[in-house]
Amino acid sequence: MSLTARDLGLFAGMLVVLAMVAMFQSPQLAVTILNMSLISAIMALGVNMQWGYAGLFNVGIMGFTAVGGLAVVLIAQPPVPEAWAAGGLGILLGLMLGVATILAAVAVYKRMAPSKLRGLAIFAVLVVGWLITSQVFAPAKQAVQAVNPASEGYLGGAGLPVILAWPVGAVFAAGVAWLVGKVSLGLRSDYLAIATLGISEIVIAVLKHERWLARGVNNVTGIERPVARPIELQPLPWVQSLAESLGWSVSQTASVLSGLGYAALFTLVLGLLIWLAERALNSPWGRMMRAIRDNEISARAMGKDVTRRHLMIFVLGSAVCGLAGAMMVSMDGQLTPGSYEPLRFTFLIWVMVIVGGSGNNWGSVLGAFVIWFLWVQVEPAGRWFMDLITSGMADSSALRRHLLDSAAYMRLLTMGVALLLMLRFAPRGLIPER
Amino acid sequence: MEPLNALVSVSNFMLIPALAYGSQLALGALGITLIFSILRFAHFAHGDTMALGTAAVIGGTWFLQARGISIDPLPTALLAIPFGILVLAAYLLAADRLVYRYYRKVKAKPMIFVMASLGVMFVTNGITRLFMGVGETRFEDGGRFLFTVREFRDWTGLTEGMALRSAQAVTIVTALVVMVVLFWFLNRTRAGKSMRAYSDNEDLALLSGINPERVVRITWVITAILLVLAGTLYGLDKGFRPFNYFQLLLPMFAAAILGGLGSPIGAIVGAYVVAFAEMGITFAWRRVFSYLAPEGMEPSAMMQLLPVDYKFAVTFAILVIVLLFRPTGIFKGKVL
Repeated sequence: MSLTARDLGLFAGMLVVLAMVAMFQSPQLAVTILNMSLISAIMALGVNMQWGYAGLFNVGIMGFTAVGGLAVVLIAQPPVPEAWAAGGLGILLGLMLGVATILAAVAVYKRMAPSKLRGLAIFAVLVVGWLITSQVFAPAKQAVQAVNPASEGYLGGAGLPVILAWPVGAVFAAGVAWLVGKVSLGLRSDYLAIATLGISEIVIAVLKHERWLARGVNNVTGIERPVARPIELQPLPWVQSLAESLGWSVSQTASVLSGLGYAALFTLVLGLLIWLAERALNSPWGRMMRAIRDNEISARAMGKDVTRRHLMIFVLGSAVCGLAGAMMVSMDGQLTPGSYEPLRFTFLIWVMVIVGGSGNNWGSVLGAFVIWFLWVQVEPAGRWFMDLITSGMADSSALRRHLLDSAAYMRLLTMGVALLLMLRFAPRGLIPER
Repeated sequence: MEPLNALVSVSNFMLIPALAYGSQLALGALGITLIFSILRFAHFAHGDTMALGTAAVIGGTWFLQARGISIDPLPTALLAIPFGILVLAAYLLAADRLVYRYYRKVKAKPMIFVMASLGVMFVTNGITRLFMGVGETRFEDGGRFLFTVREFRDWTGLTEGMALRSAQAVTIVTALVVMVVLFWFLNRTRAGKSMRAYSDNEDLALLSGINPERVVRITWVITAILLVLAGTLYGLDKGFRPFNYFQLLLPMFAAAILGGLGSPIGAIVGAYVVAFAEMGITFAWRRVFSYLAPEGMEPSAMMQLLPVDYKFAVTFAILVIVLLFRPTGIFKGKVL
């Protein structure tokens, strides 16, 4: 599926807009928007696989990106030996006991004939298992969290190169997606939506609460980065001479260069993913997926195992979201569970997919760029607009102050209106499926 | 062994709050189930619409308070509820006219409706925040307690105390009244019967001369009433914060699915099950058991199955169990 001249024009237009941001606002801002757009594009690509190829409605994107982000901490951070000595084994044992309890309950469910006795047996297994698990787990957790709580208080990671965390993040997200999909696919399509909404809230609750894992709301900061940080670039002679010839300050040049380094990495990943996704979409497998999406009943009649295919694409799409989440955390160099909000990480990605054109990979990428640009720029525009309409009022007017303070919420309104208008008047998006 | 003290303790810290929370959820879940059975889609804007209605009630309350009008000892917000309902009904009807009606006309897939409700959710969210901001707003006034812990102790002479907050009492009573009226409406009135007929079989209802647009309008108005009540009662009980209202979406959906999507009685039962499960599993039972256990065997641990932060996990676990073992819910709802 090649791009038409019109599509290329749209992308070129987007680049021109970004260049204008670099010229009139600041080059750093342009690079920040570019990087976040690339990451959002990967998330949108994952969602597009689920929605555009298979018609699956995932509203738990936030959870999958957060799980991917967790992988960065677990892979790249150095391990904390004192914490491992204090309670590492206890935590591992506790986790294993927890899994064993669930497996035992499942075994009881499968082995025994349906009866009241079975219900009681399962209940007993769960209660006893829970009691044993918490006896092992709780003290170990306390011990780990007591190790140097101001800067550590967690088990740390594996101390491996951070780039490795990206595929691992994808695997983590795939694992979570497999569990959710196994339960809710094959039922009504709305059920998957509710289930994913639930799992994403739980993932965030776990990240916030389990301090032994990734320090919870205390955040893990200073994670190793895949690209040189601006502060490391500043003393280099070629950076300084570049800054001189551009007429920028050295710190500005260094941060733009560092950002462009990320942009190059992200573009590489995005390009690879798009190439794979396009290949898949045009293969017999892609045609089968679209056949299932367009008419499940006839696909089933053709002998396709719809539920299995759905599970497969759901896991794949979520893995892509997890990869994007890992990339985001490694760009920021920190994991902040408190900053994950469903409106920003789930529903905004949906707006990107719909506006860009569901079913078209390039559309998702363009949608991500357009919507992320709007998301960043609507806030100052909203403030300017509010300033304009309230300019007749006195500076001390309570209404004027309130409206100016609330300008930030204009972005939600704008996104909603954009989504509704696209859905109504151009449901196939900026770059439609062909 | 002091079973009476144990009973009072568990009522004060768990049963009464859970009953109030369950009533609030029930009103919300009824709305979800009604929209599902008439318009046939999962209404994702539910939580945020609830927040908007509550915001209107809060605005009305401030207006009344500024005029010095109150109905002490009851909260002033109760007087402002009709205003909130008016605003929210107008908003929902406008949303239907501008957004959903088109998709009904072109007979769009249910998922497109859900997507449209996401758009409405964003817009509603933005409007609510424009007016109210993101912080917490408390608008409870009047007598805060029907009886306080100390009064209860003086009456009964027990060591454990119990308090009944007026917001909780109002919630439980209102929810009961609303449920009775709703069932009377659905079973006895012409409009209610036409709604049930439409939900049961769209084509047959059309043939017997039921105007579908009218049924849809009635549904939105009833939803507005339920949402404003649920939102106001929740806000009186726990304070108004837009994000919390958004998060209520999950327990409300869990309640509706557990009871059987499309079944009103199911929504109510489901809501109370979800509320009691959430409260019961995140409740620290130590105090209760220390009254029940024989002398010298009092528990030393908190006896809390899960920390409060994981209340979503409880809801989610309920949802998973329902989906695994009985996807149609307790009272067989519609399942395609």
